[in-house]
Order: sequence, then C-alpha cells, then structure tokens
Amino acid sequence: MFPELNNLLNTTPDRAEQGKLTLLCDANTDGSFLVHHFLSFYLKANCKVCFVALIQSFSHYNIVGQKLGVSLTVARECGQLVFLEGLKSSVDVFFRAQAEPHPLQFLREANAENLQPLYEFVREALKPVDDGEAAWRCPVLLVDDLSVLLSLGMGAVAVLDFIHYCRATVCWERKGNIVALVHDSGDTEDEENNILLNGLSHQSHLILRAEGLATGFCRDVHGQLRILWRTPSQPTTQRDRSLTYQYKIQDKSVSFFAKGMSPAVL
Amino acid sequence: DSVEWEGRSLLKALIKKAALGGEQVHILGCEVSEEEFRAGFDSSINSRLVYYDLFRDPLNWAQTGEALPGGPLGALQAMCKRTDPGPVTVALDSLSWLLLRLPCAALCQALCAMSRQHACRGPSQSRPAEQLCVLGLLHRELHGPGPTGALSSLAQTEVTLSGTAGQASAHILCRRPRRRPTLETLWFSVLPDLSLDLQGGPPLESQPHPDPHTPQVSRRPGRKRGTGACGSAERRDWKLQGVGVGSG
Repeated sequence: MFPELNNLLNTTPDRAEQGKLTLLCDANTDGSFLVHHFLSFYLKANCKVCFVALIQSFSHYNIVGQKLGVSLTVARECGQLVFLEGLKSSVDVFFRAQAEPHPLQFLREANAENLQPLYEFVREALKPVDDGEAAWRCPVLLVDDLSVLLSLGMGAVAVLDFIHYCRATVCWERKGNIVALVHDSGDTEDEENNILLNGLSHQSHLILRAEGLATGFCRDVHGQLRILWRTPSQPTTQRDRSLTYQYKIQDKSVSFFAKGMSPAVL
Repeated sequence: DSVEWEGRSLLKALIKKAALGGEQVHILGCEVSEEEFRAGFDSSINSRLVYYDLFRDPLNWAQTGEALPGGPLGALQAMCKRTDPGPVTVALDSLSWLLLRLPCAALCQALCAMSRQHACRGPSQSRPAEQLCVLGLLHRELHGPGPTGALSSLAQTEVTLSGTAGQASAHILCRRPRRRPTLETLWFSVLPDLSLDLQGGPPLESQPHPDPHTPQVSRRPGRKRGTGACGSAERRDWKLQGVGVGSG
C-alpha cells in the first residue's frame, strides 16, 4: 500500500472502515496503481479478500504486491485471499461441462442476462467461517475491473445488479467493503459505460478518480487524483468533501503533492 | 440529484415532515438497506413508516421466498393497493433504480395508476389531488432526456439540487393547473435530525442557471433563513405533489 495515499484518505489498516463501497475510476490514464494499493491495504488489515481479477494474471498482481509488502501466494495458501483469475478461468469455462456452474459462465451463454453465478462465487468465497471465531477482520471484494464486463457483452444494468447484490451481502449483511475499478473513456456516446460509472458513483462512499494531465505527458507528474467523500444517506452540515492532488508513480511508492507543487518544478 | 449533490437526505427530510404532519408514509427502498434508510429518524417517526424492502433481494436470486413478489413492478403495484384512504406520502428511493429496470412507459403508468387508485378510495373525492404525494429521487446523470422528460411531465414539482461554495441549493420548478410555472431557488441544509434549515445564499446573479430547456416561468426571490423545520407560512412550498428530485 502507499502510505501517502493512506494519509490523504486519513486511514490506516488498523482503522479501516467497514460497510463501504469505494469506486476507483481512471480517465486518460492507468488507475491500476489504486487497485494494487487497496489489495495490499486490505491484506495488511487482516481482511478476507475476494479478488475478481479480470485484467491481469495472478503473477502480475503478486509481483506488484511483493513490492508493496504482501505475498499473494502466501495469502492464498492460508485462505486469506480468494483469487479469481479471469484470464485463466475464461479458458476453463469452455472445457467444463455445461451443467457445472462457473462464475464466468456468461461467456459461453449467447444471451446471458445476469451475473448471478459470479455473485454466487463471491458470496461463497466470503462466507463467514463456522468455527465460531472470526479468522479475518471483515470481508472485502475487489474487482479489476468492471468495464471489461461490458466489453464481454454484459449490459450495464446486469453489472449494476451484480454490484447491488454484492453490496447487500458484503457491505450490509457482512459489514465488509467493496472496491471496484471502472474506466471512464470520456466517450459521451458510450451510454452503457456512463450508466455503470454514474450508477456506481451514486452508491459509493468514496470515489478516487485518476486523470491524465490536460496538458499531456509529463515525466515528473503522471496524473492527478480527485478524491470525493460521499455520504449517500446521511445529512451533513457541510457538503461532501473533495480534494485534488497530482501524483508521480515510482517503483515502490506513489508520491502525492498539491497541483503545481511537484518537487521537480520547485 | 447528482453525484456531487446527493438528494437522499432531502428526501428523508421531506418524509419526516410528512410523518410529523400525521400522514401515512410508504417507502419503496431499492438502493440502500432499510436499516441505513431509517437511520436518522427517531423512533416515533420510524414507527409511522411503512417500508417495502427491494434492496435485499430485488430479483429473487436468493429464492428464500422473502423477496417482494412480482419484482420491481410488482412491488410498486403492491404499494398502490396497500395505502389506506387519507393523506399519504409515497417515497420512491429511487426512481432511477426503477427506471433502469422497468420500461419507462410501465413506470409512468404505474405512477399514474397509483394516483388514480388512491383518489378512488379517498374520502375527499372532490379534492383527490391533495390526498397523495409521491416523492421520487432521480439521479439525473443516469437518464437521457426522453425518460427524464416523461417523468417531468407527470410531476407537479421538480426540485433540482446543486450548490456552490459548499452550500446546497434547490431549484424548485412548480407547475399548477391554469397558472404559469414558478421557479424558486432556496439555499438549504439538512440537519442531523433531518430537519430542513433554509438559509440565505449568494445573490441571484451568482447562482447557477437552471437547465436551458426550463420553460419561461415566474421567478420568486430566494428565501431567507427559516426557523429549523419550515414554519406554517412556508409549508405550502414544501408540500410537494408529484416531486422528482433531479440533478443540476
């Protein structure tokens, strides 16, 4: 995890909130560093993590995780991490008997209407242990990323329904957290992605939006991060808080600074 | 409402106002849990709320038999049948959730049917329009002009939330029969006890403009500070009938 990002979010693994939906969004840049941050954050927080990884291989996340101080291999072996490797599973689904349920079985169905099998997988993966004593702190669902489900033929409402059920089970019933990445292509004609992005935004307690610089590529400033805290149901005397920082991604860390305050230009 | 200026707390404030006025309040909850929605109401208010939970298992995936029968449309129709005669407020949290999963025409028909059925059962059939108040929360970024326009045409009042400098504002477009629509801007905040606090705000010139499609209307000057929950003189402005809460 990135300590500077924890400082901006005013949180630590010991004080992680529960029952929250965090939306990660990237526009004209790669926001995957946020996924790596939250993966290592919740593993260090001793949470049971179900990671629906549709973009990269297990070894990729593991290599990055080791730079951030966590071993996904160890976490998986001790039962803390349930890892759905989409790239590998998507091939398996075609060689499995049709009667056997598979979380990604929508890939082989011509008219898949919903993602219920994927939800059932998540629900089972984050089921509380029965030995009477919680081994892990709280369940966490991490998805990288939801936009690819649209590319694979699912509709925005089907993806929203999947997250709805995950929220009901993980956030409400089991007091856990969900972190999901959605891309913002900036294409106003991409209605499905806009519905997904805006629909999730309204349900989120925290929105982290990584954006490319309007002026183009810069060696010392890789983008800017907008942070929006929301309280979807509770009144606040002040409006929800919003902050914007610029950042630079390094080998094992990310540094954040106020706009125009990059150490390279000071 | 919008992502930046959420409207659920205002919806809850209006629900509290209706309940304190002795009205029945029926709530169709789709987006948040019942527990989360009821948070903030005191026990006397909570006991008057009839809650239809469409959050836990809206599509009957669990198949436990606890899901509301008929799916989202069935749940909406069931609400119509269960409201007793007399003044009643129906809150839909949210219209957007329903609009994404139901055909727009079906939703509009259900809303119209709700009003007609209640009017037939009301004791004051000579003034049926005042018996039923429907509050609907709409996340305007989610819908195109067609569905939004259709719902707007059903609403007597549209409340569009926006704000500036950390202060929320409500642009209230009110349509009454045989009168010119009126547009009013109020600066407000919802207090932790879900009371509405009306506040003075920036002068009209510096306020955000409403949507360009807003018809020619009479403008009323912005309101100054009220006393906690709206007093009787202001109650008429907040007794909304057929409200959509959209975004700026």
